[in-house]
Amino acid sequence: MTVEDLRRSPLADYPGVTEIPFLTMVDVRVPPAGDAAARISARLGGPLPVVPNSVVQAGARHILWLGPDEWLVVGPDGDSELAGMFPEAVDVSANRTTIEVRSRDLLEHGCTVDLHPRAFHAGRCAQTTIARTQVILWQTSDEPVYRLLVRASFATYLADWLSDASGS
Amino acid sequence: MLLISCPWCGEREETEFHYGGQAFVAYPADPESLSDEEWAQYVFFRDNPKGDFAERWVHSAGCRRWFNTVRNTVTSEFQS
Repeated sequence: MTVEDLRRSPLADYPGVTEIPFLTMVDVRVPPAGDAAARISARLGGPLPVVPNSVVQAGARHILWLGPDEWLVVGPDGDSELAGMFPEAVDVSANRTTIEVRSRDLLEHGCTVDLHPRAFHAGRCAQTTIARTQVILWQTSDEPVYRLLVRASFATYLADWLSDASGS
Repeated sequence: MLLISCPWCGEREETEFHYGGQAFVAYPADPESLSDEEWAQYVFFRDNPKGDFAERWVHSAGCRRWFNTVRNTVTSEFQS
């Protein structure tokens, strides 16, 4: 039995909630102005965003601002080469799974960040709490489409909450 | 609900933050020469003013960065 066989997504059997399982997430901790940041952004093919809570797309990957010296590179499944190339980059894919939500009203039941388009729009992200669970909230489209990056062990709780809130 | 302004993330709800006590409490310059009384003062004793108070806070559910701020202990208004 290989590691691949043991891998399972937390919401694989959960009805009514759209999960995007197994996205690769690589955490990058590096001073924003140093040589290492320049090497990593050259490899990514796009700059590490320096505007707080913003997202930059670089090819198939998205780079989320998490802190003044911290970023999360989200890519397709299996895309963890960055973590092998730079000591500042660590593969944290197993930490979180991703839930896609297409309703602002639904999130506003449990989120205190202002999600109105004047304040929050595509290309923005925020680390906050939804229903008391810590998430990385990321808006991918103005339709609106949001992604909730939630810790795997909290995923069924959040899915339960979303399912409940969408019925109320 | 109290809104606290994180220097990085902007205004967020109070529940995303944790309190870190009085700001600018310097570590003793020569710790080995301190008496027990002076250690106790450094470790346990903090100012408790009525009014503006320099404090440390951490945006624990957000960017996880520490910052200093001035809060009025009577009204809980943040000055900076």
